[in-house]
Order: sequence, then structure tokens, then C-alpha cells
Amino acid sequence: MFELFPFNKAIPFMRYGRTTTAISLATFLFSVFALFFYGLNLGVDFTGGTVMEVRYAQSAPIDTIREAIKSTGYHEVAVQNFGSTQDVLIRLPLKEGVSSAQVSEQIMSVLKTGTPDVTLSKVDFVGGQVGQELYENGGLALILVAAGIIIYLAFRFEWRFAVSAAIANLHDVVIILGLFAFFQWQFDLTVLAGILAVLGYSVNESVVVFDRIRENIRTMRDETIPDIIDSAITSTMSRTIITHVSTQIMVLAMLWFGGEALHNFALALTIGIMFGIYSSVLVASPLLLLFGLKREHMIPQESEKMEGMNADGSIV
Amino acid sequence: MNRYPLWKYLMIAVVLLIGVIYSVPNFFPSEPAVQLSPKTEQAIDPATMQRFEQALQAQGLTIRASENNGQQALFRFEDTDVQLKASEALKEAVGDQFVVALNLAPSTPSWLRALNANPMFLGLDLRGGVHFLMEVDMKAALDKQIDRYEDEFRDFLREQDIKYLGIAREGDTVLAKFRDAASRDAASAALGKEYQNSLQFTALPDTNDLQASISQTAMLDIQKFALQQNITTLRKRVNELGVAEPVIQQQGANRIVVQLPGVQDTARAKEILGATATLEFRLVDEQNDPMQAQQSGRAPLGSQIYKERSGDPILLKRQVMLTGDYIIDASSGFDDNNRPAVHITLDGKGATRFNKVTGENVQKLMGVVFIENKIETKEVDGQAVKTSTTTQEVINVARIQEQLGKRFQITGLDSPKEARDLALLLRAGALAAPVYIVEERTVGPSMGKENIEKGFNSNIWGFVAVVLFMVIYYRVFGVISSVALAINGFFLFALLSMIQATLTLPGLAGIALTLGMAIDANVLINQRIREELRAGASPQVAINIGYERAWGTIIDSNLTTLIAGIALFLLGSGPIKGFAVVLCLGILTSMFSAVTVSRAMVNLVYGYKPHLQKLAI
Repeated sequence: MFELFPFNKAIPFMRYGRTTTAISLATFLFSVFALFFYGLNLGVDFTGGTVMEVRYAQSAPIDTIREAIKSTGYHEVAVQNFGSTQDVLIRLPLKEGVSSAQVSEQIMSVLKTGTPDVTLSKVDFVGGQVGQELYENGGLALILVAAGIIIYLAFRFEWRFAVSAAIANLHDVVIILGLFAFFQWQFDLTVLAGILAVLGYSVNESVVVFDRIRENIRTMRDETIPDIIDSAITSTMSRTIITHVSTQIMVLAMLWFGGEALHNFALALTIGIMFGIYSSVLVASPLLLLFGLKREHMIPQESEKMEGMNADGSIV
Repeated sequence: MNRYPLWKYLMIAVVLLIGVIYSVPNFFPSEPAVQLSPKTEQAIDPATMQRFEQALQAQGLTIRASENNGQQALFRFEDTDVQLKASEALKEAVGDQFVVALNLAPSTPSWLRALNANPMFLGLDLRGGVHFLMEVDMKAALDKQIDRYEDEFRDFLREQDIKYLGIAREGDTVLAKFRDAASRDAASAALGKEYQNSLQFTALPDTNDLQASISQTAMLDIQKFALQQNITTLRKRVNELGVAEPVIQQQGANRIVVQLPGVQDTARAKEILGATATLEFRLVDEQNDPMQAQQSGRAPLGSQIYKERSGDPILLKRQVMLTGDYIIDASSGFDDNNRPAVHITLDGKGATRFNKVTGENVQKLMGVVFIENKIETKEVDGQAVKTSTTTQEVINVARIQEQLGKRFQITGLDSPKEARDLALLLRAGALAAPVYIVEERTVGPSMGKENIEKGFNSNIWGFVAVVLFMVIYYRVFGVISSVALAINGFFLFALLSMIQATLTLPGLAGIALTLGMAIDANVLINQRIREELRAGASPQVAINIGYERAWGTIIDSNLTTLIAGIALFLLGSGPIKGFAVVLCLGILTSMFSAVTVSRAMVNLVYGYKPHLQKLAI
């Protein structure tokens, strides 16, 4: 048997509870800080506006393009290369007085007068109203997913598990958002889809550990709760790593071979997977202790009190 | 204990076969084809097909295959070069009767198609095209309806012989003024009966006025009707554009999605889709001088100042002889003097009416007003404000030579192209309310191709790497897990094809992600089996307990992900929805393949060895 993690003894994860909680609190606060001060670099999906991708036969004259577009009266225009020197990305904000539908034609005609061999490979125009709705629906989806997960876990396990998993999960989401804000990576609809997938994925992680904790509580009658948790984490460790590795392989393939369109999606997933391991082991489980998980919470009282029963269980 | 009954093996074999059959059509490349559809409702008969074929053969073009389903004829060709030539040849040959469009037809063998095994639709991001999200201007729809009530009241009260002082629109209501309370009450009773489902009438205190306002349900009906009418109109217009497999759908209460795969000329598409054009026929006011009216800026009573194409002013009577609503057909062509013209056919009601008014006004001048509505979104103080601009232009003035009936023609257009566009707009019918584009996306065809290649490659590379890893780590069980994973991929593809989902880039990403996550179930099982072996269980017992124990965990962890997927599906739109569909289906197929299919394989390999000593895990 080829085993990457041949642990014979349980690793005392819970003893480091304070340290790990401190670390997650620090990263969490950092993320909130980044979100607050930098803000998300929202894509056109959410802000409204126009994004055009044009392709030149030779290397694109970025400065000329910038000047040409400025001459049409647009301000705050971003013109940048992406992928190759021939591909150019142009972002235009919503503009007063110009029918949004005409923007792409107007820009293309300006660009064509300078260099005739430019082709439009993609244009996205989104109205401000639609963007706002998407943004709100995205937020709503996030809340609904979290609520659904809490309800399911509270039903299948116990409320302490549900709340711990939800907190651990949101911790992951906030960290992804924080990193996207800090590095100003563009946040668009596919990234949002990625984050929501991470929510599902990372709770998956917590559930596997919780499942083992529940089982251990039933079988390991003489151990304390922290020991039970340590043993559960240790015995699922191999699986955790292997599953993450295989998922990460797929995500890396997307990151490397998926092209521009899937890049940020894969990036969000990568961060999610990294922190998914961490949070299921080192955030969710210490929280269980914090909420005061006891053996009795998981094992129903074996005999109910019958009428007229004494404290020692006898009926006289 | 590790033997499946025969029926279970058979069931898995059958499911597997279905999976392969329904996923296979996706791997056949599409063939360049030309599609012909008649502009009218007529069916394509074999004789017509033969005419098409002869036209192609005359140009020396080889047809790979031809199909005719009555409504549409399809010719497949060797390559895009022949396809383009064929399209030209056919356009030449069939003339105005048919729409000729380039198409990519799936090359699925016919026996697969007979089983209803078709490939998935490719989203615009994977094959190129344009996507519009259009919003219907409900305020305008309502305004139009209120204006109509205003006119109807006048006619109705005149018919009922109830005297009124005036009827005018006031905000969203129509106000009717009467000389005395008695005639108001009579009008209220009559109107109330006539419009009992749609309008509410209130007698205003201290006056003899009657106020009519639209009821809440009628308001909703108006909006629903406007949306439906617009979808119908847009569909007709899209058909005229000759797009293969267009998507025209309602989204929410007041939006319409239009997707035109393969279309790159956004400018033309937008012109045709977004314009609301109609015609009005009005008598020319010949008593007054238009130049004088223009200088004073005031039109004489009962007339209105218009502009001709030349820019000269012209006075037309306020009363409309006929509106575009009655037009049932319009085609472009040339008049006797070889000028571009539009030939118009009216419906019965319109014909009667037009016949009457032209009969009464023979030898008088009639002006044709072309009215075009455009809506623009402007940003004022950070708020998007919609402004609608209406251009009204007199395109033609002619003396009514005789009583006009069901068919007649209008001239005075600048070019044959303009005649064609006007005919198209008139034929497709006016939009019930203006629409404006709130979202537009265009993806070039080469870009779509690139996306599909990259997305597919990343799936393949990821899959290969995962398989390598699993086989090295778990050996025989790794092989079994990998086969189960591949089968899972087939199932997922088959399911998506069966429901005819639209595959998009996020969908492809979803497939990669679910494949990555699907291995989790097998990892859970394999780890459990190892644990049992380490605890000293015999191989057969270890397998059994391993699968059994892992099942509970698999259920819990997958169901939570499924909850996330369902929420995504319910709330998401566009790319998120596509991703969610794949995620949800992927979870279901992976649960089946990881547990049932892999167990079947394990049973086949180990289940029939009673003295099994070691497992390769």
C-alpha cells in the first residue's frame, strides 16, 4: 500500500486550536480590509458598460488606439493587450448621449480608419440596470446557498455543525473576495459562479470530517471530544489531500489550458480549494469545540424517563 | 457478499449503452450546409427541391446530402468554400420566395438521429454570434393603449348619441367632459358596460367630468400582450434575417432574449430588430400654405406640419385615414416607372375602411408618413434615463386617382434597399411597444472555436492527469475508479444531450470541475477499504464495509453540493445557470457511477474469488 500520509497516531490538531483560529482571524480581517479599501474590480457584467476585444493582423498600436478612442469623446477608457500583442481589450464606461447599442460600431469605425485590418472578435455591452440586478441576484444566491446548507446540516447533524460549517465556508468566500480585491483581479459572472461552486465544494470537505466525528462519537466511547475530532481529521486526512489534489489537477488544467475566458474562474477555484482544506480542518472543527459540542448532542438519550420513574431509574 | 445479481449487471450495461449512444453525437463534426426556408407558410414540395438541386448542379457544385422536412430544405457540402458558392447560386435561383441561410448541420448518422440522439446546442461563446437582451418599454405600451381608448371613446359616444364637450388624456387617465350630469351619467353607464373588464370610471366631484383609469388586471394584460406581440414580431423579423437556430425567449416580466448564432453583422441585426416603424396615411391639407405655417410655427386647425424627405414642410390633416396595423403583407419591387416601390396588402377591415375614405377623397392628395421610433438610454446624474425619439417623415405624396382597395403600392423611396427594409418591417408587423437593447454580446466565430478547443483540451489534460495519479496511488482500484470516472463523463454528456442543454464555456468548466470532484466518492471508498484492511478485515469484508460506510458520507457531502447547485440554478442567469445545470447533473451521475458502477467492476474482479488474500489497493 502506497500511502502519502501514514499516520498511526492522531495529530493533536485541536491543541493548536488557538493558533489556527488566530491565523484564520488574521486572514479574514485582512480580506475584509482589502474588500473595504480596495473594493472589487467588478467586470462589465456587474457595472454595465462596454468591453470590446479586437484583433489586429500585426501588433496592435495601443497608443494610437487610445488616442483614436479619446477623440470620440470617451473618458476613462482602458486599452490593454491581452493574450498576445495582436489582441486588444477595450473597456468603455456607460456614456451619456450615445445609444449604448451604437458604441461598438462607433469604435470599430474609428479603429478601421486608422488600421483597416482590425477585426472585432468579441463585444459585451451590458446596461447598468441589468448589471445591478445580476449583482443583487448574485448576493441573494450566496445567502440562499448558505441558508440551504445550514438547514440541511442542522437536520442531518446538529446545529453546532451547521453553524460551524457555514462560518468556515463564508470564511473561504470572504478570503477569495479579499484576494480578488487586493490584487484587483477582475470579478465577473464566471468568477461568481466559481465562488458559489467553492461554497458547495468546501462544505463538502467539512461534511466529510463531520461525518467521521459523528461516527467516532458513537464508537469511541472513552475518548474526549477533542481527541475524537483529532482522530477524525487524521483518518480522513489522506482522502482530503487526494481529493483536493485531483480536483486541483483539473482546475490547474483549466488555469493553464483554458485560456483567458476561464482564467479567473480557475483562479477563484484554486484559492477556494486551498482554503477549503484549511477551513474544514482548522476552522470548522475548533468552532465545534467553541460552541461546546458534547457527546450527548449526538447520541440520543438511551432511555426516556417513564412516568413515575425515580432518579435511579427504578419504578416503585 | 461481493456479487451482484445478474439483473444489476444488465441494468448497468443498459444504462452504459444508453449513455454512449446519447453522448456520441457530440463527437461528430458539423458539416457546412445551406438552409432554405420559404417566406410564406407554404411547404417545400419535391418539385421545388429538384429545382434547387438543378440550380446547384448548373454551377457544378456537388451536394453531399439533401434533406427536406417540408418547412425547411437543407443541403450539405464538402467544405465552406462550396457552401458559400452554393449559397450564392441558390440566392440567385430562388429569388424573393425563400430565405437562404448558411448553416452548420450536425453530421450525426441517421440511425442515431432516429433514436433522437442529437448533439447539444453550442452556446454563442462556443460558436460565435450575437446575443441581445431587449427590454420592452412598458410605459410606451400603456401610453399607446390610453391613446387608443381616447379615440375609441369619441367613436363610441358618437355612436351612442351621447353629447360630450371634450375627451382628452390626462396623465394615465382619460378625462371626458360633459355639459351636464345627466349626459355624464348616461356615458358612465354605457362606457362602464362596454369596458367593464378593463376600465374604472369615476365621476369627479363638483364637475361634470368622467375619469377613466385602467384597472390593475387590465394593466398586466396590456404588458403581457405587449411582450407576447413583440416576441412574435421579433421572431418574424429574425426569420427574415435568415438565421439558423435562433433563440427568442421571454426573460422576466419585460425582457426578451434574442440570440443569433453565426450572425456577425450586429449593425444590421440591430436595425432590423430594434426599430419600430409604421406607416400612416393622411390627407394633405391643400387649403393652407405649408411655408407660412412653418414660418409662424403654427399649423392651422385640424392640420399638422410634417417634413418631406427634401426637407420642405407639408401640411397633413390630423385625422388618420389608415395606420400600419391593417397591413398584412408588403413586398418590395418597382413601379411602372422603374422606381423602388413597396406593394402593400391590407386586411379586410383595413381594406373596407381605406376603400371608403379614398372613395370620398378621389382627386385629393394623400401623404404617406413613415414613423420610426428609436429608444436611447442616456445617463443623467448617474441614472439611466430612457428617451424615445420619433422621426416622422412624409415619404410619398400622391393624388388619389381612384378608390383604393385591398392592394396598392407606395413609391418615393430612396433606394431598392430602403424599399426592401420597409417592406420587411411592415410585413413583420410593428412592435407593440418599443424595445431597447440593455445587453449585447458578440463573439467572433474564430474566438468561439478557440474557446471550445481550449475548454476541451483542459478537460482532457485534467482527466489524464487525474487518471495517472489514481492508478499510481490505488493500482487496481485506481483503474476501476478511473473507468468509473470516464463512464461518469459519458453519463453527464449523455444527460446534457438528452435534455438538449446548451453547452457554454462555463458549462465546459463545470464538466471539468465535476469530474475533479467526482473522484472524491471513489477516494472515500478506497480510503475506507484501506482502513478496514489495516484494521485486519479480510479483503472481501473490507470491500463490503468500505462501500457501505463510505455511502453515508458520499450522500451527505454530495447533497450539500447539490443544494448549492440548485440555488445557483434558481437564481443564476446566463452563464451561471449553465454552470449550475452541469454541476447538479454531474453530482447525480457521479453518485451513480462512483458507487454502483465501480462496485460492479470490483465485484467482477474480486467477487468471484472466495479465497482472496490480497487486494491491489
